[in-house]
Amino acid sequence: MADIHEAPHDVTPLPTYFFVFIALAAGTLLTWYASTINLGWANTPIALFIATTKAVLVILFFMHVIHSTRLTWVVIIASFVWLGMLFVLTFADYLTRFWAID
Amino acid sequence: MSDVTVHADEHVHHPFLQHQFEDLGQQHEASTLGMWVFLATEILFFGGVLMAYWIYRTIYPEAWALAGEQQNTLAGGINTLVLITSSLTMALAVRTAQLGSRRATLVFLFATMLFGATFLGIKAYEYNAHWHEGLFPGSHFTWHENPELAPKVQLFMVFYWGMTGLHALHMVIGVGLLVWIISRAWRSHFGPEYYSPVEVMGLYWHFVDIVWIFLFPFLYLIPHFGVLHG
Repeated sequence: MADIHEAPHDVTPLPTYFFVFIALAAGTLLTWYASTINLGWANTPIALFIATTKAVLVILFFMHVIHSTRLTWVVIIASFVWLGMLFVLTFADYLTRFWAID
Repeated sequence: MSDVTVHADEHVHHPFLQHQFEDLGQQHEASTLGMWVFLATEILFFGGVLMAYWIYRTIYPEAWALAGEQQNTLAGGINTLVLITSSLTMALAVRTAQLGSRRATLVFLFATMLFGATFLGIKAYEYNAHWHEGLFPGSHFTWHENPELAPKVQLFMVFYWGMTGLHALHMVIGVGLLVWIISRAWRSHFGPEYYSPVEVMGLYWHFVDIVWIFLFPFLYLIPHFGVLHG
């Protein structure tokens, strides 16, 4: 029992931090570059996808969630589930209001 | 069972173990969990604002495109890189605290604060430019081209100032917290056994970084997609 609580100190190896940093910097340059090309409807999903990927990298590695307890995972996943409900239910209203007019 | 008692006795003497916890490990878990519960409220807080922004973008795509062209993409992009770098130094500060290297922890914490201040400096430069361009919402708001879109462009600027302002406020609070963490690191409070405040500071700092990771495309890149490309 004591062991579980005594050793939560996973020290992340330095290369992990540097790879994540390089991925984040590359993502930033990529999202900027992609915004300068006309990709039609695909521009917005690409920007959102890159931002989400960057956020997941920060959460998993910089915020050490990959080593966190399951209870921490529950809190994090729950917060995004609630955010998803907020988005889905609200957009289901606002983004469909003008459908009837056409 | 006697093993556990011995362990507990040893750790009771650690000066930063609060009496309600069994040991420092349990205290560390409670600290990070508590921070994540707070961050969950922050995710919903910023998420709600982003959602409102998105709804108005779908209603006024032309105004959003025009307003988006007023943004200094280079400044926003550089600031993104500055914040990402500050997150790296923050992560390294946590790591060196875990390894018990006081000097390196201080260096990385100080670097994080410096990058945070750089971000705020670049943001202040942008704010100043927008202010003089008459892009602050209110009675001094000026928009001569397409007067019919002026109120909607102003609405974008309400979101721009509101969202970046809330983010900048979080940055200012973060820099303030760093001063406190640096003073504790200076007094050798942290080490392999006890570094929870540095870790929790890191969680907050990285969260604020994540908010900017979304604000950059939302406010600088996405606005003009709808009209210019669609």
